[in-house]
Amino acid sequence: MTGGTGNPVTAGTAPIGPSAVGAATRGSATGTPGGSRGGSSARAAGPRTGRPGAVWAVPGLLYFGIFAALPMVLVAYLSLTSWGGLGTPEFIGLENWTRLAGDPLMRQAIWLSLLLTVLTWAVQTPISLLLGVWAAGPQRSRAVLSAIFFLPLLLSSAAVAIIWRALLDPNFGPLAWLGPVLGLRSVNLLGGSTSAFLVIVFVSAWQFIPLHMLLYQGGARQIPASLYQAAEIDGAGRLRSFWHITLPQLRHTITTSSVLMVVGALTYFETVLILTGGGPGTDTTIVPFLMYRAGFRSWELGYASAVAFTLVVVATLIALLMVRFTGFGSMRSTREGL
Amino acid sequence: MTVRLPEKAPAPPARRRTAGASRVRLLNVRPGRRRPNVLGGLGALLWLAIVALPLYALLVATVQPAEDYTASGPLTPPTDPTLYNYWLAVENGLLGFVLNTAVVTAAVVAIVVTLAAMTGFAIVRSRTRWTTGVFRMFLLGLAIPSQAVIVPVYLIIVELGLYDTLTAIVLPTAAFALPVCVLILVGSMRDISEELYEAMALDGAGSVRTFLQLVVPMSRSGLSTIAVYAALQAWNGFLFPLILTQSPDKRLITMGLFEFQGEYRVNVPGLLAAVVLSTVPLFLVYLFARRSLVRGMMGMGGK
Repeated sequence: MTGGTGNPVTAGTAPIGPSAVGAATRGSATGTPGGSRGGSSARAAGPRTGRPGAVWAVPGLLYFGIFAALPMVLVAYLSLTSWGGLGTPEFIGLENWTRLAGDPLMRQAIWLSLLLTVLTWAVQTPISLLLGVWAAGPQRSRAVLSAIFFLPLLLSSAAVAIIWRALLDPNFGPLAWLGPVLGLRSVNLLGGSTSAFLVIVFVSAWQFIPLHMLLYQGGARQIPASLYQAAEIDGAGRLRSFWHITLPQLRHTITTSSVLMVVGALTYFETVLILTGGGPGTDTTIVPFLMYRAGFRSWELGYASAVAFTLVVVATLIALLMVRFTGFGSMRSTREGL
Repeated sequence: MTVRLPEKAPAPPARRRTAGASRVRLLNVRPGRRRPNVLGGLGALLWLAIVALPLYALLVATVQPAEDYTASGPLTPPTDPTLYNYWLAVENGLLGFVLNTAVVTAAVVAIVVTLAAMTGFAIVRSRTRWTTGVFRMFLLGLAIPSQAVIVPVYLIIVELGLYDTLTAIVLPTAAFALPVCVLILVGSMRDISEELYEAMALDGAGSVRTFLQLVVPMSRSGLSTIAVYAALQAWNGFLFPLILTQSPDKRLITMGLFEFQGEYRVNVPGLLAAVVLSTVPLFLVYLFARRSLVRGMMGMGGK
């Protein structure tokens, strides 16, 4: 599929003979004098084609294989071992998995990760969609504001988490002053289980909405203006245009952005580590953080691998769905229907 | 992921003048569309507050002496602004972290750009069937979260004897940036027209010359996009430095900030000044190469 869409000419022009025939028929069929396309595709089948051999893909493939694909396989094996970080991992069969199945921490982590994913999507999608569509407008003021909206993207996750931790500090942060004014019962938001979890949802929204806003802005700008003009002639108001034109036209962008959000939320890590440390207690210990804790705090790397493998399975499922539904396989289809 | 921002906002739909006479009449009946989008504007202003207030508090805090910060809070404009906190951050080795990060970033960008360009060229132009398989593999690789394979990556790095070196950070960081970059490049290399390839072939150019003289120059914008994307991954990366290094002289900037947070418990302005300084390079890129940065950002998100 990919090779085909990439080189439409390739399909019909493998050996020399048939391609010359093909060129001749094409030339006569279209009636173009000279038939430059047909003539040169016959040439492409000549001795020097400038086409790369598959060898060109080998370095990239090997490199990616060693540091990203091989670990995928290794993580499955390591989940069947006991390993403390030194020496050789020792094979122990399914012990880690039986333990994982009965681990209340893992059950909590899965629940929290799913909750985080759903909340992330539910909070970020509407806000970034509306802001993105708004920012796609041609007005100068909108361009200026979207330049400011972009700023959080310049910060690393670590920086974002550090900033918010300082801002939410119950003693010295602005909330210590603002909290009573806003009527908050407790200003120690990171100290309560529910509020700490919501803080993570909020901080991730603060950090990533600009990104998704950009995606929607790009998507909205590609919607042909003629559609809106037609709707306007039909007497459709702003709301109806949005509902019947903007939303359907953005469906590919919505898919892309949603997949990014879901994968992002499932692998959220730095913010939890810096902002809450998985606490209070274990109430913000989502799956990636549990993996980190088991692996690199308790040094039970075999057990951590079992946790990680669960994550790999979920992520791979999402990757497969992504390839299927967004049509990345055929690259151009994100713009089909426009 | 490979969504593109159009070069410019499309011109506002020319409604009245260019439309046919009957249309003009219809539209004049309904001037409602011309009304400014009040709700949208209010929403945007609200979001502006959510984005800008924390950043304002951040900047204000960094120019306050630590005692003032604890006494009067971060929202009051400083009576007596000082750059002492920035100096303190530099004094505590921030420049060393920046240097380490710059080295790692340069290496990651070099590896990623070279490998992605070669792989992309093979995927787009090679005739062998299995480059399709290669492409699919990179597609799948898109969603391998680095968190999920950090344990085996740790094992591999230890086995290679690279633990606690900058190389240990470079190798996996570049590998995980590769899938997105290959995808972006394949997209932009497919836009090179068949005629140009044919002209090169007519010239008798082999694959190396075609690559260097046609593919590389023609996919410049794709290459700069992936360079920015890879640089972002390296500059803001956290997990690999956290797990694969430990000595202070191997610290990257994100790790440096993380360590500062432990050390500066009482000096929030000092910590925040370090945060601001760590963002300066990216901010400069934003000012001077906004388009590439935005495109590079688009590739992010997944990680």
